[in-house]
Amino acid sequence: MTPSEILKRLTKVIGQVLGNEDVKLTLKSTAEDVEGWDSFNHINIIVGAEMEFGVKFNASELEELKNVGDFVALIEKRLAKKN
Amino acid sequence: MNLTWLPKHSEFSKQMTVIKKAQPKEAWTLLTAMAQTNLNFLETIQVDKLFKEKFAAGLPSGVSVPEVRLALLSSSTVDQLLPGIRVGGLRRNLWIKTYVTDYGQSLQEIMDPTSHLQAFKPTVVLVAFDALSFFGTQPLGRTVETASAKLERALDQIQTLWRLSREKFCCRIIQQTPLPLYQPLMGHNEHRLPDSPSHLLRIFNERLRSLADEQKVDLLDINNWAARDGIKDWHDPVLWHKAKQEVSPVAGPMYGELVGRLLAAQLGRSYKCLVLDLDHTLWGGVIGDDGLEGIKLGQGSGVGESFVAFQRFVRDLASRGVILAVCSKNDEKTALEPFEKHPEMVLKRSDIAAFSANWNDKASNLKQIAQQLNIGLDSLVFVDDNPYERNQVRGELPMVAVPELPEDPALYPDCLVSAGYFEAVALTTEDLIRVEQYQKNVEREKIQASFTDLSEYLKSLEMEMIWGPFDSLSLPRVTQLINKTNQFNLTTRRYSEDETRRFSEDPKAVTLRCRLIDRFGDNGIIGIIIALEQKEGDWLVDTWLMSCRVLGRGVEQAMMDLLVQETENKGAQKLIGQYFPTAKNNMVKDHYPDLGFEPLGTDEKGNSRWSLTLGTKKKFDYFMKLQKGN
Repeated sequence: MTPSEILKRLTKVIGQVLGNEDVKLTLKSTAEDVEGWDSFNHINIIVGAEMEFGVKFNASELEELKNVGDFVALIEKRLAKKN
Repeated sequence: MNLTWLPKHSEFSKQMTVIKKAQPKEAWTLLTAMAQTNLNFLETIQVDKLFKEKFAAGLPSGVSVPEVRLALLSSSTVDQLLPGIRVGGLRRNLWIKTYVTDYGQSLQEIMDPTSHLQAFKPTVVLVAFDALSFFGTQPLGRTVETASAKLERALDQIQTLWRLSREKFCCRIIQQTPLPLYQPLMGHNEHRLPDSPSHLLRIFNERLRSLADEQKVDLLDINNWAARDGIKDWHDPVLWHKAKQEVSPVAGPMYGELVGRLLAAQLGRSYKCLVLDLDHTLWGGVIGDDGLEGIKLGQGSGVGESFVAFQRFVRDLASRGVILAVCSKNDEKTALEPFEKHPEMVLKRSDIAAFSANWNDKASNLKQIAQQLNIGLDSLVFVDDNPYERNQVRGELPMVAVPELPEDPALYPDCLVSAGYFEAVALTTEDLIRVEQYQKNVEREKIQASFTDLSEYLKSLEMEMIWGPFDSLSLPRVTQLINKTNQFNLTTRRYSEDETRRFSEDPKAVTLRCRLIDRFGDNGIIGIIIALEQKEGDWLVDTWLMSCRVLGRGVEQAMMDLLVQETENKGAQKLIGQYFPTAKNNMVKDHYPDLGFEPLGTDEKGNSRWSLTLGTKKKFDYFMKLQKGN
């Protein structure tokens, strides 16, 4: 899966959690930029992404996430390990 | 971890767009239907968001469902569970409003008269504390407290919450069994380490059962459910440390479903009747084609044994009060053959309260079954292996529950257990003899058909009504009836056992519970009245309900005479009756005028008031003896 495909599917998950289907995200977006992306929804987004991509993240990996780009890279890494 | 007994929605996003644009009443119906599908946690969040958006201002007019105000008292994070709870309520046609106490503030919020919890006025309090809040994180053997003292302290802590919640809110209490968050330190024989928190928690969860029974608290046994599904599906240690979530959001839809079914059970809204298909459902093969010797049932084959096991499960459900019916496309004679002649058949014809085998469509037959048994269609669960039949029924009768039966009959019992249709919080003697009672009704009907004169028939029943005020012996059944009777119920007021007991102790109240016995046996308690003095001489009939099983036998008239007699003894000069129409109680709209009451007017909601002056009222004629007793 390419990073842009991952971004597209991740954006969909985030839109579903936040109740905003039209949410626009780039690799540079951060939680602060996005309305509703608080610490509570952050957990839902993580769990939603785990479900969407069929992967599981480590606590340490989650703590290092700074922006959507990091998140996409993490998913890419997990998907690669899975195969 | 998913709601596997529900069908998956084929076009979730498209349907959500349709609901978004729908008018409120239509949106309610569509959302309720959406809640009847297998939603994962992301979908549940979306349904809940739409639900809140659509009904932020309240229920649409024309929709009448019970409102539950549920407060969660918790020691960790539970917000991730709220969407599942609200959608779980929607699935059972309940309007659940939720409130979560502030972190670690449960006790303070109960006690503080100005707290948000007080303003919320919960009707149900769910105590959802995690294991660590009871047994802490101290090193073993370092505290002076012995293991048993720790246990007693934890149990005291929980009982204090129950007692205070009940005192302040007069609400129902649900206690969640904590998940096993402590790791075992010895292993299989953990109990040999008395201080082991993992062992203490196990005893704690066991002790909760007897305490809950003593104090009329209902358990939400997620500890047991997590053992069924696997604790890894329920609890994610990463999320526990990161966000203090005892229950993972992934388990949210199931958690909410468990809460929803428990609340429904408390309100008497569980399903009542299991309607079974025959071919491929109770036995393998087709009786009409394969014949008595050809169907698979028992005989040492794996498939045959699976069907026997399913029948045993169904028999045991019936023996604790679930009504059984059959709905099969077959000739009746052929369909009956296994019941009468197959040696491995566990279920007998006499276990089945309504037997429908013909070639009509199943939806029509289900309607007839409901009518014959005098229960609502929304009390029926229809079990059929054939997807075509399931979909026909779902389309025609959306209020009937239709599980997605797994292909292998070995998994049928598990499917029904997962679905929790028959969740029950109390067991009464009436539950234990229900099948028998329904059969006797069938016998009565047969005899009735042989009489041309109704009064001759009623005389032949040799009826006796045993009556008295509510007492400790009758309170459980009285409370059960108050909470589950929908049809013959004038006001549909629901009361907890505590509230019911208070009426029985109130000198300005008359309570009546009536049991009907006839030549076929004891029908149990079938009628209830609560009347309250409003002002000098004026008595309001707050509650009047009856079991539909005994309609048309003069019970209303006999109860009316008792009501007059008992209220007059307390100085009543006038009776006031009320009728509050609901979707289900149309049958009693003329109850008061039929008994001779005069109309006092009807408000814009259709609620009517009626009055009757006492003192000169003549007794009714009926064919039963009245006898005070138990």
